[in-house]
Amino acid sequence: MSPDRRPVHEPAPLPEKAKPREGPPPDLEMAPYWAATLDGRLLVQRCVPHGHTQLYGRAHCVTCRGEVRWEDASGFATVYSFTVLRQHHSRSLRHLLPLVVALVDLDEGPRIMTNLVNVDPADVSVGMRVEVYFERVSDDAALPYFTPVAG
Amino acid sequence: MTTGSGSRAVIAGVATSDYAVLPDMTEAQVHVQAGERALADAGLTFDDVDGYATVGYYPMYCVGMCEYLGIHPTWLDETNVGGASFEVLVEHAARAVEAGACEVALITYGSVQLSAMGRRIGGRGGTVSATQAWDAMWGNTLVGAYALAATRHMAQYGTTAEQLAEIAVTFRRHAGFNPMAQYRDPITVDDVLSSRMVADPLHMLDCCVVSDGGGACIVTTEARARDLPKAPVYVLGGAHTLTHALNVSQSADLTVSSAARSGPLALQRAGVALDEIDVLALYDSFTITVLITLEDLGFCAKGEGGAFVENGRLAFDGPLPTNTDGGGLSACHPGMRGMFLIVEAVRQLRGEAGATQVPDAEVALAHGTGGMLSTGATLVLGTEAR
Repeated sequence: MSPDRRPVHEPAPLPEKAKPREGPPPDLEMAPYWAATLDGRLLVQRCVPHGHTQLYGRAHCVTCRGEVRWEDASGFATVYSFTVLRQHHSRSLRHLLPLVVALVDLDEGPRIMTNLVNVDPADVSVGMRVEVYFERVSDDAALPYFTPVAG
Repeated sequence: MTTGSGSRAVIAGVATSDYAVLPDMTEAQVHVQAGERALADAGLTFDDVDGYATVGYYPMYCVGMCEYLGIHPTWLDETNVGGASFEVLVEHAARAVEAGACEVALITYGSVQLSAMGRRIGGRGGTVSATQAWDAMWGNTLVGAYALAATRHMAQYGTTAEQLAEIAVTFRRHAGFNPMAQYRDPITVDDVLSSRMVADPLHMLDCCVVSDGGGACIVTTEARARDLPKAPVYVLGGAHTLTHALNVSQSADLTVSSAARSGPLALQRAGVALDEIDVLALYDSFTITVLITLEDLGFCAKGEGGAFVENGRLAFDGPLPTNTDGGGLSACHPGMRGMFLIVEAVRQLRGEAGATQVPDAEVALAHGTGGMLSTGATLVLGTEAR
């Protein structure tokens, strides 16, 4: 499968007193996934026996318990649901409000949580087509945000 | 291993602690107050207790509370599934007394989360495993998790904000009859819709309140309860399950909760049909929680919950009396409210529910929901054994 790479964007300058976005916690099982994000690639786990896909990464397929391997995803997805956060208990995230939190169904199958960026919250809808938008969060990972598919 | 007691499990005592704002009490004191009152309600003392269960936010919480209470029971349980925990603990306690593992199980809950907010230094802390943090990096909130379910339910079934608001309006009306309720002034659908948007489509008044408080109950055998002052309430059946844990992305369908499986299983174990249920106590962390739970328990078809809750269907004087104490949306929500559902259900079955008493209530269903619409636990209670 040919990798579908996308640019990895640098984070925008932070407003005063705002803390940078936290990256994922270190996790041996997810290391290949996060390493790929720095390369502009989104991975999913697929099982060898039946081709079931899943995220997050596990030791085996949650559907059939078969062996799993990482593979490149297309980076395209459909919005399953979303919310627009208007307030936040964490002071360090308040500069992000209103924040669009979405569940998106990757074309390969897995549903993941993400933030929708470069979109007016009023324009977001269930069923909207989106694609991955990487932004570097640390030396170890870029966060896979999603943004509406152009056109 | 243990010999069966040969006797059915009953609830012999219930109580709430004081609520909803307790600036001068510690969490442990709330447990003790609720526990003492429930024991008094049952005509028992701490000396009678040989089983104990609770959950909280710290490691070894259950035995920590035993140490504080100065009791050394030979049956313990600390199964933490979030807000639904106390339905699970009562189910476990019922099985324990029926199996003969203990005879008098005390289950207590206590929280001062509201008053502790100002005191807390550096947040709750604790380590989070990588899998727990899978969704967490996206900055979602607890309200946001339920909002995701609400958005999806609206898009898939045409459920409206007005329909969700009606649930909050009905429970506020009930709270008006509860002198201890945190919010008692009547509200309208327009009040809900014009309250601050917290996480679209959930407004502030679609969300439970933040409170201090606790509760307790005593589970024992029918045989032991014969000598006790209050009419026993039978634990007819219980069941619990999960759809996911703290990652809502791992739910196969956010419009379907654990109640879809725990409800029918509990009813089957109880030998009770849905139309026999006289009164409901449903976890109402948010209005959408109630709507989805009603559908999943089978009171209406999936997707029809919006129309179902219209016209005061859930009012204490309506066809399906629900959350007659005002619920978590108005009376109190100290964090894990499941115990309050059991206390109110038992009071209804004993005829002790005051102004919102449902006439001749004989069968009640309490359903707890925990986590982020993650876990569900159903209890079926009745005035007669089956």
